[in-house]
Amino acid sequence: MCTYETVRVAVDGSGKGPGGQWMHVTDATVYFDHPVHAMADHTLNIDLADPARGPSARVALELTAASARALVAAIQEALAAVPAELTR
Amino acid sequence: MTTSTITIKGHDGDEIEAYLARPEGDGPRGGVVVIHHMPGYDRATKEITRRFAEMGYDAICPNLYWRDAPGAAPDDAAAVARAKGGVPDERLVGDVGGAASYLRSLPSSNGKVGTIGYCSGGRQSVLAACNLDVDAAVDCYGAFVTGTPPENFPMRRNIVDQLPNLRAPLLGLFGAEDQYPSPEQVAELREILAANGKPFEEHTYEDAGHAFFAVDRPAYRVAAANDGWQRIAAFYGTHLKG
Repeated sequence: MCTYETVRVAVDGSGKGPGGQWMHVTDATVYFDHPVHAMADHTLNIDLADPARGPSARVALELTAASARALVAAIQEALAAVPAELTR
Repeated sequence: MTTSTITIKGHDGDEIEAYLARPEGDGPRGGVVVIHHMPGYDRATKEITRRFAEMGYDAICPNLYWRDAPGAAPDDAAAVARAKGGVPDERLVGDVGGAASYLRSLPSSNGKVGTIGYCSGGRQSVLAACNLDVDAAVDCYGAFVTGTPPENFPMRRNIVDQLPNLRAPLLGLFGAEDQYPSPEQVAELREILAANGKPFEEHTYEDAGHAFFAVDRPAYRVAAANDGWQRIAAFYGTHLKG
């Protein structure tokens, strides 16, 4: 199905994007829908982008639902493993 | 066959990009507007457009994301369009109407134009046929023609209220394993169209789910897709001839 539902969040960081160039990213969009490339009917998709630099300024991820949940857990674990004053 | 990327007048007279594929010969012949899926104006959809030219129709696919990301790669344009909330229904109708008018303006046109769409484009094909003078419409597994979108789908609604205005015969091709649209939602569509005296030909394929026509995706089901293409050829052969 096409879920249409898209979650947007502002982010501040960098990603390695088109042409192997690092770029600042300001926006993340997260949605569960048909992938462009992954061999699955549906994936959890994440776009990390800098819209001010145009549509191609984007780092895209397509993860199976299980992979996406594992990634969330890994992020939480990594953040929890360091002193709180470093992650404020 | 000749193919080209052209500019047409879409909703509000906006100029938008479109992919055109035309058979050899002078005609007269019908035309087909191909409505791309949410992943955008991509290579797979252009292949579908060329297939209709191979079948003998002037075929056009408007780039529904042109305003959002002109000249961008299809996947990047789709990401931008999604982040902006998707294609508004009113704009979709205007863009498909512009594409249909372009086809009818061709010297080879017999005046008949059909629409076809896949996934989100399936819903949009029905939407267009409820609001535009087209001669045939094909809905390939479009979600939310009927049924109630979940509450957290703020940008989408079904088009049940528009179905009594359907102006063209409709062919619907669905997968029995699909949940959006589910067999129950297809049954609701069938019942509404029957109650309103609207011609509706429906085929639901076992062992197929959503996107079974998509040859580049795991959802591809060769038997369903092959039979579906034959149904489309017969349907357009009936309603777009002349």
